Amino acid sequence: MVRRVVITGMGIYSCIGKTLEEVKRSLYEGKSGIGVDNMRKEYGYRSPLTGIVERPALKGVLDRRLRVCLAEEGEYAYMATLEALRTAGIDVDYLEKNETGIFYGNDSSAKAVIEAHGVAVAKKDTTLLGSGAIFQSMNSTVTMNLSTIFRLRGVNMTISAACASGSHSIGLGYLFISQGLQDIVLCGGAQETNHYSMASFDALSAFSIRTDDPTKASRPFDAGRDGLVPSGGAASLILEDYDHAIKRGATIYAEVVGYGFSSNGAHISQPSDVGCAAAMERALANAGVTAADVDYVNAHATSTPQGDTFEAIALDRIFGASRPPISSTKSMTGHECWMAGASEIIYSVLMMQNSFVAPNINFETPDEYSRKLNIADKRVEKNIDLLLSNSFGFGGTNSALVIKKGTTQP
Amino acid sequence: MKREEIESTVKNFLIEEIEVEEKNIVPEALLKDDLGIDSLDFVDIVVIVERNFGFKIKPEEMAGVRTLSQFCDYIESKVGDK
Repeated sequence: MVRRVVITGMGIYSCIGKTLEEVKRSLYEGKSGIGVDNMRKEYGYRSPLTGIVERPALKGVLDRRLRVCLAEEGEYAYMATLEALRTAGIDVDYLEKNETGIFYGNDSSAKAVIEAHGVAVAKKDTTLLGSGAIFQSMNSTVTMNLSTIFRLRGVNMTISAACASGSHSIGLGYLFISQGLQDIVLCGGAQETNHYSMASFDALSAFSIRTDDPTKASRPFDAGRDGLVPSGGAASLILEDYDHAIKRGATIYAEVVGYGFSSNGAHISQPSDVGCAAAMERALANAGVTAADVDYVNAHATSTPQGDTFEAIALDRIFGASRPPISSTKSMTGHECWMAGASEIIYSVLMMQNSFVAPNINFETPDEYSRKLNIADKRVEKNIDLLLSNSFGFGGTNSALVIKKGTTQP
Repeated sequence: MKREEIESTVKNFLIEEIEVEEKNIVPEALLKDDLGIDSLDFVDIVVIVERNFGFKIKPEEMAGVRTLSQFCDYIESKVGDK
């Protein structure tokens, strides 16, 4: 039997806010979280632009042993998960008594690796690296730490799928619950924002260099876009079996009704309209809906010349007839990379709950592809019953999720 | 280095870096059972001792060290005034 899967908790720690309420306000007002990181200039970045995310102060909040093993992205994930569990009405006592799983997106822990390397080079002795280095350095650092902190005893693994990691984590949580393998899964995505984390990405000259006006730098679909702005933080969602949620008396924020995926099987960094469209079509089919049923599309669009073009072609192919409003929240947040697929579900659900489409800020001049789309250059007050959210990543990994408005109706 | 200075430095890093409660820091305290120092904490103590006292703890030399006082004896044997 295939079970329904609902979102019963959400938590976010990002450059546009550290609570759901603050983030909702930023989305509504079209507020950018982009700024300049001077450490990046000193380190030799071509672009010092980034989402500005404050590091949480966890001393006195979290036990030393737990803190020592937590890398920066893990700290963000911890903060987001606290809020997600609180909104889900789940406490540690509940987690100890009820099996809960975790699928969380993360695809680097550069700072931990580079700092450990620095000590090894200076001391020529690995026993001086300290106890936290290994637990902070592995790609699975977020899931290994969150499962330890929150006493999770169900499925436990990290999803590393480049900039689609967070989206795939939700897709897999949805599949595990719908198949009856788990009742509750903590899903999400985390992204470090330190100056080490994006150097090799900056090496590709993929970042905007509009440093004179940082909040204008991320401009998905705009003809004048010159690259993405990296960003980060973490987003956590509690996915739950519908009947389980009803029995528990949980608030139902939204329902995950479709997951689609594909792989381009082509170039390592060049996007593909065929691959993007395949993921969207599969998600719509999985949800049992058509493109015409979709009230809003949260685009992946990162503000790179190539990526936005290929997504626009795919969006026009699928949504050209129904023309739902489309926006890329990356215009405000920058590209939250490993976190983006999860945070953008939260952004979209906040819009759904509050009946508005957040603006694709800085969309001033369409290009030949984006002019065919119904891009929301300003906020649109609108009821949203069904939405689709895209995430695409290096290596041609594509993910699309279809989300339905939360209801307690059977 | 004088014994008092060694004890003061050890007490300070146990409180500040290992976050041991100050009231538990007495000479006869057992490192593991009374101060809660586990094998991973000890990995960090090796780093801290190297930074504060300039030598590397050898695990085999620590075999008989169970109390805080014995730990300070060990450090004194390495860096104490002769």
